[in-house]
Amino acid sequence: MELNRRETLALGLGAAAIVALPVRFAAAATGDEMIAAFTGGAAVAEGGVTITAPEIAENGNTVPVAVASENAVSIMVLAMGNPTPGVATFNFGEGAGAHSASTRMRLAGTQDVVAIAKMADGSFARAAATVKVTIGGCGG
Amino acid sequence: MADGVKPRVKAPAKAAAGEAVVLKTLISHVMESGQRKNKDGSLIPRSIINRFTCEFNGTMVVDVEMHPAISTNPYFEFEAVIPATGELKFTWYDDDGSVYNDAKMVTVG
Repeated sequence: MELNRRETLALGLGAAAIVALPVRFAAAATGDEMIAAFTGGAAVAEGGVTITAPEIAENGNTVPVAVASENAVSIMVLAMGNPTPGVATFNFGEGAGAHSASTRMRLAGTQDVVAIAKMADGSFARAAATVKVTIGGCGG
Repeated sequence: MADGVKPRVKAPAKAAAGEAVVLKTLISHVMESGQRKNKDGSLIPRSIINRFTCEFNGTMVVDVEMHPAISTNPYFEFEAVIPATGELKFTWYDDDGSVYNDAKMVTVG
């Protein structure tokens, strides 16, 4: 079978699309991308923010999580292993007491939960906690 | 408006001036993540509360952006500084455009 130029090009494009698609799908909603969007690509230091989550969660549907950071203006919480990693972003206003908050989240499975804090001086800090989940909480 | 949405807030009735008080909020809501499937295999569309704010006399205390990984009946615990007698206003914003409110008076003295 002889391929002319047009067919060859079409084949090549198709193959490229097939290769590129899964990558793009994965990248569209990854936690790393959300971190990049939050920090604007700035360097993120370890420490300066604390994240408290249980080591083992029996039920992934309600996993308590607490974040705290003295100088933070906002703290983003991400469940890196969830189909949609975003959990919540806490923006602290002038009326906030200690810059800490706690909530409950869903975890699809055993994974790292990451907190990224944006400090008042514009720097960023990061902390992570690994949570073992016995029963996942995302249905499906 | 989603069914059975009921905000609940636990706040102290009294505080010392400038004291940081702990506030606990809970709102009953299904928080459908958009990941679950019906019996017939079709996806149940996402329906969550996407934002929660707390203000004291018009000063922002906390503004939370919520994503599908927040549990059913979203619960929040945080601190607010109470400089003087005033009202705490709590607002939840639903995906469907509904807004749920609650308010608590805090007296200083």
